[in-house]
Amino acid sequence: MIKTDVLIIGAGPTGLFCAHQLGIIGLSCEIVDNLDKVGGQCIELYPDKPIYDIPAIPECTGEELTDNLIKQIKPFNVDFHLNERVEEIKKKDNRWYVKTNKNKDFDVASIVIAGGVGSFEPRKFPLKDCERFEGKSLFYSIKDKTIFKDKTISIFGGGDSALDWAIELSETSNVNLIHRREGFSAAESSVQKVKELNKKGNIKLFTEYQIDKIIGDKEIELVKIKHDNGEIKEIKSDYVLGFFGLIMQLGPILEWGLNIDKKRVEVNTENFETNINGIFAIGDICSYPGKLKLILSGFHEGALAARGCFKYAKPDEKLRFEFTTTSKAAQERLGIKK
Amino acid sequence: MPKITYISHDKKTNTVEVQNGLTVMEGAIQNDIPDIDADCGGGMSCATCHVYVHENWLDKLPQKEDGEEDMLDMAFEPKKNSRLSCQIIVSDELDGLIVNTPSKQG
Repeated sequence: MIKTDVLIIGAGPTGLFCAHQLGIIGLSCEIVDNLDKVGGQCIELYPDKPIYDIPAIPECTGEELTDNLIKQIKPFNVDFHLNERVEEIKKKDNRWYVKTNKNKDFDVASIVIAGGVGSFEPRKFPLKDCERFEGKSLFYSIKDKTIFKDKTISIFGGGDSALDWAIELSETSNVNLIHRREGFSAAESSVQKVKELNKKGNIKLFTEYQIDKIIGDKEIELVKIKHDNGEIKEIKSDYVLGFFGLIMQLGPILEWGLNIDKKRVEVNTENFETNINGIFAIGDICSYPGKLKLILSGFHEGALAARGCFKYAKPDEKLRFEFTTTSKAAQERLGIKK
Repeated sequence: MPKITYISHDKKTNTVEVQNGLTVMEGAIQNDIPDIDADCGGGMSCATCHVYVHENWLDKLPQKEDGEEDMLDMAFEPKKNSRLSCQIIVSDELDGLIVNTPSKQG
């Protein structure tokens, strides 16, 4: 059981800055995120794209913003629990007990949900039939590539993951690459490489085709793919891989009794607490009149939610408002030596 | 104000007035049209405001940017007439536009 003042769900910019604000007022926290890295949408959706509306930073990328936030919270030694999703929460004697899908337990005074639009999950094939094979001979990510050796693999998608895996697996497997259009969103160098391998016969490329049917009993035998003009092709396949990026799902948060409005959690604007005492929501996931889905709004929300957490973590103490410029306590917490 | 018609996969029709300058996605969100999620809020980075544009209107819309086509690769059951509704800006010329929403956004 990990005991800390606050558990933050979501390691995007809003969650990271909230950790900073908690640290400044002397509260401890830990952060859980379903992704394998820190940064949330900034890292997953647009690491290289520029952002122009962070106050006092005329231009930065999603990755730079994340790196700077990580640097800013370094003094507080915040522990991250990545690749983990919060599944269950329970209240007992004014404390919250939280369990993740990896069976990690937390004992905290309050919870801050900074979960964006939910946790990132792979997008799946539209066919219901695919579920039968999922995790056995149909995958949306690769954990053990050795199982594909000398097998026939049909890969669907046109982004970097699809093409990178097609190139890599073509060295040891028979690879079919199927994509819905002529153009690809993957890096140009990968597209060229795939076209070369297609010419040499190492990769069979099918463009303007999409999945139509998947056939097999316990294991996949073949997939039917359909051309834009209606023509159907059958291709023998031992394994099917789909790389359609990630989609955000609210998941277990829906079951906690929070007031939800269009996939967002309703909060007050005084301290961003939800309808449940001790649970706060900040960033893209919260909803209130006038809400803007901006990173800068998430920073403000995190600062107020952190103060809202104080009374739960230290019910017998009074929180005094201080500036970091002049507060000795805050500077000590930041590890500033004078 | 231009009228936009949203037809769901099970043929439920909603026609609403949408102000010029708003996107077809915003028109849906403001009028509680189901099946348009718009998770990213209009940033062309999630493909959950995916719609199928009625064939009569397909040529009247401005061309897709590369980024939109890339994002549509991720959409649920994309077709030739797929668009991201956050990239269609409503104007008088689009009065009467009809879009179909997919059965799922992902």
